[in-house]
Amino acid sequence: MNLWMWLLLSCLLAYAWKLLGYLVPASLLRNPRMSRIAGTMTIGLLASLTVVNAVASGQSLILDARLGALAAAGIALWFRAPFLVVVITGAATAAGLRLLGWD
Amino acid sequence: MKILQSPAVRIGLSISIATGLYGVSFGALSVTSGLDFWQTMALSLLLFSGGSQFAFIGVVAGGGSGVAAMGAATLLGMRNGIYGMQINALLQPRGWRKFAAAQLTIDESTATSTGQTDPDEQKRGFWTAGIGVFVLWNLFTALGAMAGGALGDPKQWGLDGAAVAAFLGLLWPRLKGREPVAIAVVCALATVLAVPFVPPGVPILVAAVVAAGIGWFSHGRSDEGLEPDVDPYAENHVHHHHDPAGDHRGDRTGDDA
Repeated sequence: MNLWMWLLLSCLLAYAWKLLGYLVPASLLRNPRMSRIAGTMTIGLLASLTVVNAVASGQSLILDARLGALAAAGIALWFRAPFLVVVITGAATAAGLRLLGWD
Repeated sequence: MKILQSPAVRIGLSISIATGLYGVSFGALSVTSGLDFWQTMALSLLLFSGGSQFAFIGVVAGGGSGVAAMGAATLLGMRNGIYGMQINALLQPRGWRKFAAAQLTIDESTATSTGQTDPDEQKRGFWTAGIGVFVLWNLFTALGAMAGGALGDPKQWGLDGAAVAAFLGLLWPRLKGREPVAIAVVCALATVLAVPFVPPGVPILVAAVVAAGIGWFSHGRSDEGLEPDVDPYAENHVHHHHDPAGDHRGDRTGDDA
């Protein structure tokens, strides 16, 4: 039940961000600093989420099959594979490495 | 009506299919992260912003608390506010349309709309991509959630590797040029350094603070990082992102066939 509460609150806040854009005066749009922070934060958060999902396990750093998935996804993206192919490549690599015994 | 002859509608439809399809991966990853079917659907229906949804389940999967998941998802949603301002200026929706447009304001609908120059096309592009992605994204989320629930051990299928790949896939289109790469590397390092010292989920928020600091103190393109996950105009305008002024994608013409 606790997770439901944070989940619904996240939905509410996500909508609040979106609606805020429609309600603030247009002059704020010309403030480049706000849109720049929104952009750098998007990059920073996605980079952080990538790393956390690749090497973190609770509070420790672990090198396992997920690192192989990261490398394989990078190669797929380099060759301009579409998003869904990238995701499947990541899954297949992690699953394959585990089959080979590298957890 | 020759609605399908509108370039904005056609681009909006193709972006809807491309984006909607990867709702499958969100649905499957969400249920294997520990969310149930309806929690997964609530995220796609109500939160409706791919990056934030993946962030929420990513933090939960890593053992993070609900409040940390909310923090990451909410900070990642800030850019939608910027998109809202752009769409409000272009479309000027009135009454209930304003509230509907707000929910549909995401990377893809904004990029489809701002890529057009004709006001009517901008309008068609926004609504086609917005409604199209919404419908397909939710449909495929449901499909993925049902499939994911039947999979058993997620690790055996490499679904934790799929999550890593998904985040890198979301980050990738935003890494155009040296500066965004530098921001990504610094934030990745800050995350790794923070992991042993703070509870799960919090390192992501540490990275957000670092990224906000970079945005505040440095000067660069004001639309850095505001690229869609699937760029509707990628084939026509490959190098448009390097304009020094960064005037909110106004350089995209979108007059394609």
